Amino acid sequence: MNTSHAPMLDVQDLRIAFRTGEGLVEAVRGVSFQLGREKLAIVGESGSGKSTVGRSLLRLHPRSALISATKMRFGELDLLACSEREMQTVRGRRMSMIMQDPKYSLNPVMRVGDQIAEAYLTHHRVPKKEALDKALAMLETVRIRDPQRVMRMYPHEVSGGMGQRIMIAMMLITDPEVVIADEPTSALDVSVRLQVLATLDDLVSQRGLGLIFISHDLNLVRHFCDRVLVMYAGRVVESIAACDLEQAQHPYTRGLLAALPSVDERRERLPVLQRDPAWLAA
Amino acid sequence: MAMIEVEGLNLSFGEGAEATQVLHDVCFQVGDGEAFGLVGESGSGKTTVLRCLAGQYNHWRGRLSIHGEGLGRKLDHARCRKVQMVFQDPYGSLHPRHTVETALAEPLAIHGMDRRSERIDSILGKVGLPANFRYRYPHQLSGGQRQRVAIARALILEPRILLLDEPTSALDVSVQAEILNLLADLRVRDGLTYLLVTHDLGVVAHLCDRVAVMQQGRIVDLLETSAIVGSQPAHPYTRMLVEASRHYSRDMANPPVAA
Repeated sequence: MNTSHAPMLDVQDLRIAFRTGEGLVEAVRGVSFQLGREKLAIVGESGSGKSTVGRSLLRLHPRSALISATKMRFGELDLLACSEREMQTVRGRRMSMIMQDPKYSLNPVMRVGDQIAEAYLTHHRVPKKEALDKALAMLETVRIRDPQRVMRMYPHEVSGGMGQRIMIAMMLITDPEVVIADEPTSALDVSVRLQVLATLDDLVSQRGLGLIFISHDLNLVRHFCDRVLVMYAGRVVESIAACDLEQAQHPYTRGLLAALPSVDERRERLPVLQRDPAWLAA
Repeated sequence: MAMIEVEGLNLSFGEGAEATQVLHDVCFQVGDGEAFGLVGESGSGKTTVLRCLAGQYNHWRGRLSIHGEGLGRKLDHARCRKVQMVFQDPYGSLHPRHTVETALAEPLAIHGMDRRSERIDSILGKVGLPANFRYRYPHQLSGGQRQRVAIARALILEPRILLLDEPTSALDVSVQAEILNLLADLRVRDGLTYLLVTHDLGVVAHLCDRVAVMQQGRIVDLLETSAIVGSQPAHPYTRMLVEASRHYSRDMANPPVAA
């Protein structure tokens, strides 16, 4: 396996602004990172721009978004220069996205099996039967019990954890190189979350994928991912190996870590994040 | 004397053969001024217990009492003065077309309380919002500010008990810390009793003195939170919850995949 020598994704100085009634709003201001065959976390509060970065990689933004970067390469492709037609061969085929809430992201009036097969049929000209077999195999891969039965179910008939695994199956059926997971487990219970994370973990290591894991849960990211980008107000304030998070330097990262209530340490008061205006410029 | 007493609480939905029992003989007591946590996963019945106490369900069986008085099936004014609830989602629990002032004045009007404007001012100060926020609409507030308004609305009737249903799960960690500190301060200052429902053991360990662990409508474990902090609880399900909130490791997910 070729490792991180040639990064799969190389993003330099990514800027995203939205045109609004009151002028331009800058959501992402100069983000740079590279992704190899690893699990990269992007963490930050709501509004820090972490999801915006994820969506821009697939160019999912509305026309009101202005995206610029000095470099935005995915393998041999320049994502910024790609035509819409070229993007269609990337989206869902070579790079796919797992959304936060399966309740809203799965088609409610389509059977689970048909939805997963559709993802495959969009990119491969094969008989429907073959796509359905592939979908069934994929449901087994994400460890759904009795996949034959689940294939015929509608999304409202499955639990949250199952729905999330169905979405993972749908996103991985085309064998993508990069998967972007936007808060894939925040709607799930702890034990279900463990199952879903383990599924992702196994698939990433078996298939040698690059995973971008967008989350606000520092505790989770610390143990699940290899590297962490911490975002604040549209910038990356710190990039650190997940195992070194304890030694994070930036006061924002330290503040986020300190604000977490812990089962192992009781404190009278939780330290509240003191925001420094200098972070906006740094 | 116990502030909240729950004895043999049973609840079913549906009729006859279709009936599903969602609570099985739930028993616990919460002392005056105590903060008590109910933890468990979705569907374990923790919120249902809270809803029974709040009077949102009235076909329960068993005995519920607040401050020594048994609760009837009907919600009366006196009970609302004693028990108030804060909901999970500050985006869904405030009326989008009511200003903060309207939202806070409504309980005062229902209960015929005097000095309304003065009370609104003082409650806003208490939850740490500037007085001019009373003229704002929910969409002009951040998530944390909305949750402060929701807490203010619950406290404006000066209840003794707050029922808290995942009060911080919709908030960022940094904002969660502010709300948890506020709740801790209010409890000390006003001698409130809290019944907190959450799936986050970190929050329970921080705020509560004792905790009951629920699974499939039953309380499976009841312990002091000090027994969780930095140690291994004896009950296997509680231990799993605690471990999962400490860290993620591939080995914790069962069954292991056949490699």
